[in-house]
Amino acid sequence: MIEHLPALMIAIPLFGAFTTPLLKGKPRAAALWALAITAVTLGLGTLLVREVTAGGTMIYVFGADSPGLVLPSGYRVPVRIIFEVDAMGAFMALSAVLMSFIGAMYSHSHVERESGLEKYYSLLLLLEVGILGMVLTGDLFNLFVFLEIAGIAGSALVGFRNYRGEASEAGIKYLIVSAVASLMVLFSIGLLYGQYGNLNIAYLSRQIGFNTVDMIALGLLFASFAMKCGSVPTHHWVPDAYTEVPAGINPTLLVATYASLYALFRVSFSLFGEVTLSMSSVGWIMSILGVLTMFIGVTMALVQKDVKRLMSYHAISQTGYMLLGVGVGLTVLNDPAKLAAFGRDAMAGGIFHIINHIIYKSLLLMTAGALFYVTKTRNLNEMGGLARKMPYTTIAFIVGAAAISGIPPFNGFASKFLIYETSYQLNPLLAIFAMVTSVLTLASFIKVFASAFLGPPVKEYESVGEVPKPMVAAMLILAALCILFGLFPNVVLDKLVYPAVDALLNLGGYQTWGGVL
Amino acid sequence: MNNMILVNLPFIVVALLLAVGFYTIGFKRNLIKVVIGIEILEGAVNLFLIALGYVKGAYAPIYTMAPKDAVNNMVLPTPQALTLTSIVIGVAVSALMLAFAVNIYHHYGTLDVTKIRRLRG
Repeated sequence: MIEHLPALMIAIPLFGAFTTPLLKGKPRAAALWALAITAVTLGLGTLLVREVTAGGTMIYVFGADSPGLVLPSGYRVPVRIIFEVDAMGAFMALSAVLMSFIGAMYSHSHVERESGLEKYYSLLLLLEVGILGMVLTGDLFNLFVFLEIAGIAGSALVGFRNYRGEASEAGIKYLIVSAVASLMVLFSIGLLYGQYGNLNIAYLSRQIGFNTVDMIALGLLFASFAMKCGSVPTHHWVPDAYTEVPAGINPTLLVATYASLYALFRVSFSLFGEVTLSMSSVGWIMSILGVLTMFIGVTMALVQKDVKRLMSYHAISQTGYMLLGVGVGLTVLNDPAKLAAFGRDAMAGGIFHIINHIIYKSLLLMTAGALFYVTKTRNLNEMGGLARKMPYTTIAFIVGAAAISGIPPFNGFASKFLIYETSYQLNPLLAIFAMVTSVLTLASFIKVFASAFLGPPVKEYESVGEVPKPMVAAMLILAALCILFGLFPNVVLDKLVYPAVDALLNLGGYQTWGGVL
Repeated sequence: MNNMILVNLPFIVVALLLAVGFYTIGFKRNLIKVVIGIEILEGAVNLFLIALGYVKGAYAPIYTMAPKDAVNNMVLPTPQALTLTSIVIGVAVSALMLAFAVNIYHHYGTLDVTKIRRLRG
C-alpha cells in the first residue's frame, strides 16, 4: 500500500471529483463527502511526507514494476509515466492537501446559500488533483496536463458566482493567462522532445547540452511559469482572480499558484541544473523579478479600498520574497563556498516562506470572506466597529496581519528573517527593499484593521454576529498554525524545509531516479 | 534548396501561426476573436508536435497486422499521443472561455475587451 502512495494521492481526489456530482440537490451531503475525501488525502499526504523524509525519493511507475528497461531493443530510456517524489514535491503536496482540507471545511457554511454546490466541490477536488499532479510528477508532459487541469478547474471556480459579471471577467482573464502559459509550456516541451526524444525530467536533465534551442525552451518555460505564479510584469490576473473566487477556494488557489512556482524551481534547478554556466544570470533575473514583484505588489495594495483586493495585492508582494530567496540560492549555485555560507539558507527562507505565506494569506483571505459573509460588502469605507461583533474573526485577522508583516513570534518573521540575512550578503540593496516592503505591508494592514474592526459601529450591522462554526474552526486552525510555525521554526525547518532545499540542490540524486537505475 | 524549404515548411507555418495567434490575442478587441487567437496558438503548437513526430517513409505505430517492412521502421507514438491529449484539453479550454464570454455579454452587454473593465485599480 505504501509504495502506491503517489498514485493514490491522485486517484482518491479524482474519484471524489467524479462522484461528487452524483449528489446533485444534496448540498450538505456533497460538502461532507468533499470534506471526507480531502481528509483522507490529508492523511495520505502526511504518510507520503513521512515516507519521503525517512526513505528518500519515491519512484512510482505507471504500468510497470520498475522504471528500468522497457524497450525490446535494449535501449535504456524511461518511456513510461513516472511519478518522482522527492522532499520538495512532498513538501508542496503537504501544503496542497492541508489547504484543500481547510478550504473544504470553510466552504461548508461559506457558500451554503449558493446553488450548484456539487459542481463547486467537484471542481475543488479537481483543483487539488491538478496541484498534486504538478508537484508529484517526474514527466514534463504530465506536468503540462496537470497544469491545464489546475488552470481549468481554478478558472471555473473563479467564475463560480456567475450571477456577478465581475466573476466571469476575472475567470476569463485567469483562463486566458493560463491557456497561453500552458501552450507555451507545451511548445517548449515539444522543443525539448524534438532534440532528446524523451519527456522524463531526470533523463532530459542529463542530456541537456544548452544550445540555442534549449535556451529558447528555458526562456519560454521560465516566462510561462513566472506568469502563472503572478510575478511582475504579468501579475494583473492575480488580484481579480483572488478577489472574485469564493473565500473557501482561496487556500487551494494559492497553492495552485505556488505549484507553478514549484515548477519554475524544478525547471531551474533540476531540468537545467546541469547547465552550470548560465544559471547564475537566471538567478539574478529571478532575484530582481522578486524585488520588483514585492515592491510593486505592496505599493498597489496601499491604495485599495476593497478588502479582498488589498489582500490579493499582498499575495503578489509576498510571492516576491519566495522568488528573491530561491533566486539568491540559484545565483550562487555554482559557488560551493557561497552556497554553504548563505545560498542554502536563502533557499530555505524562500521555501519556508511558501508554506508560511499559504497559511497566513489563506487566513487573511478567509477573514475577508467572513467580513463579506456578514456585511455583504467588501468596501472598507462601509465597514466599521466589527471587532466586538466578531471576536474570533478579529483574533484570526490580528494573527494573520502580524504574521504577514513579519512581527516575531509569528511565522512570517521566521522566514523573512532568513531572507533578509541572506539576501543582504548577496547585495545589501535586495535586503533593504525586502524590509521596506515589510513596513509598507504592516501599514496597509493597520489601515484594514482600523477601518473594518475598530471605529464607531455602523448602524446596518447592529444585528450581525459571529460567522458559523466551520468557518471559525478553519480560521482558528490556521491561526494556531501561524503561531506554532512561528514559535518552533526550527522543527519545521529541519523536518520539511531543509530536506526540500537539499532535494532541489541534489541534482545527482534526482537524475538517478533515487538509485533505481 | 527547394527540398530544404519543403522539409521545413511545417515549421515555417508554425512560426507564422504563432505570430498570427499572438497578434490576435494582443491587438483584437473582441473577446471572441481573442479566443480564436488562442485557438490559433493551439493549432500552431499541435502542428509543431505532429511535425516533430513525422519521419518520411516510416509506418504508423500500429502493431496489429503490421506489414513486414514496418519492423524497426515505425515512428514513435509519443508525439501523436501528446497531440491528441492537447486537442482534448484545448476543447475544454475553449468551451469554458466561450461560456465565460457568453456570460460576460449577458452582464456587460458588450464583448469589447476595453469596455469590460469593472475590475481595476
